[in-house]
Amino acid sequence: MAPLVSYDIISQNTNLPLAFAIGIGFGWVLESSGFSSSRKLAGVFYGYDTVVLKVFFTGAITAMIGLLFFSLFGWIDLNLVYVNPTFLTSAILGGVIMGLGFIMGGFCPGTSFCAASIGKIDAMVFIGGLFIGVFIFTEGYPLWEGIYKANFQGYPKISTSLNLSDGILALLVILAAVGMFWAGEWAEKKFPQAEY
Amino acid sequence: MNKGNKYLNPYIGGILLGLVLLVANFISGRGLGASGAVKSTILAGVKTVAPGHYDNAAYYKEYQEDHKEKSPLNNWLVFEMMGVLVGGFLSGAVAGRLKLKVEHSPRITSRRRMIFALLGGILFGFGSQMGRGCTSGSALSGMAVLSLGGFITMAGIFGTAFAFAYFFRKNWIQ
Repeated sequence: MAPLVSYDIISQNTNLPLAFAIGIGFGWVLESSGFSSSRKLAGVFYGYDTVVLKVFFTGAITAMIGLLFFSLFGWIDLNLVYVNPTFLTSAILGGVIMGLGFIMGGFCPGTSFCAASIGKIDAMVFIGGLFIGVFIFTEGYPLWEGIYKANFQGYPKISTSLNLSDGILALLVILAAVGMFWAGEWAEKKFPQAEY
Repeated sequence: MNKGNKYLNPYIGGILLGLVLLVANFISGRGLGASGAVKSTILAGVKTVAPGHYDNAAYYKEYQEDHKEKSPLNNWLVFEMMGVLVGGFLSGAVAGRLKLKVEHSPRITSRRRMIFALLGGILFGFGSQMGRGCTSGSALSGMAVLSLGGFITMAGIFGTAFAFAYFFRKNWIQ
């Protein structure tokens, strides 16, 4: 039964080397999908390259369906899997600030590390920025602690909030993703860019 | 468009990404992340350089109350991100993409690209702490476990980037 760590099938000490191995898989997939190029990543916002949309949503729904089936088969106890808390105000505000950072910097944190690993200097500078940004947050914490902790909603699932079963919600996300993939394929033909 | 077909098909890449995320949940009961490793490094740095400040300043004090581990670097995400550097490097080496360079649109200078990369990084770093995780930890991993907050942060990131794309178009397109 999984998660393996929660059932002491693997120890905390083994968990960390396994995190390293999982990271290798993560970095490999990001790089080989083209996420080491800011110009490919930013392409989704102008339509000329929608690789972000395709990889991100295919990844999310693959894991989502996998977890639901694993749970159905009795292989994993979803109650023991970490579900992110929902702080409404900071989730929106944080998302907006990150979105601005994304369109200006052309990376998100994971992709910047992946790009830096193959020698992209702009990614290394972006990582320098990440450190500055996180440090500003931790040092100035008393200034935004109130916003950070406002509107705590607990650990709700979106399916519960919308009064749907997990399966129906997953189906809706899949349908939405298929619609976006179609739009993405259309956009790449409509807004082509020269070689980049 | 892309130089040849050297990159993975994005849908195959997505399925592989989903499987990595599924394995993380299956083994460790948690999703992937990235910005958390930057935070851990900052914590370790402050602890080493200014231990007094680390014990007194609000954020670090709160962190220590919530986390009892010996070192902030003894952390799942720190190990995972070291793996990302190795995995990215190996993939780039196999595909012949290892090269020190500043990548930018031919319409802008490298200097302009670096300035925007720095500003973008600062905003993303700050936002990732406000939003309790970035595109990996909050949006992608949150969505996989159907977290409401994950969906909201995902919509915030992509919605805002789309909304402001027009103003930064010179950096990316002709």
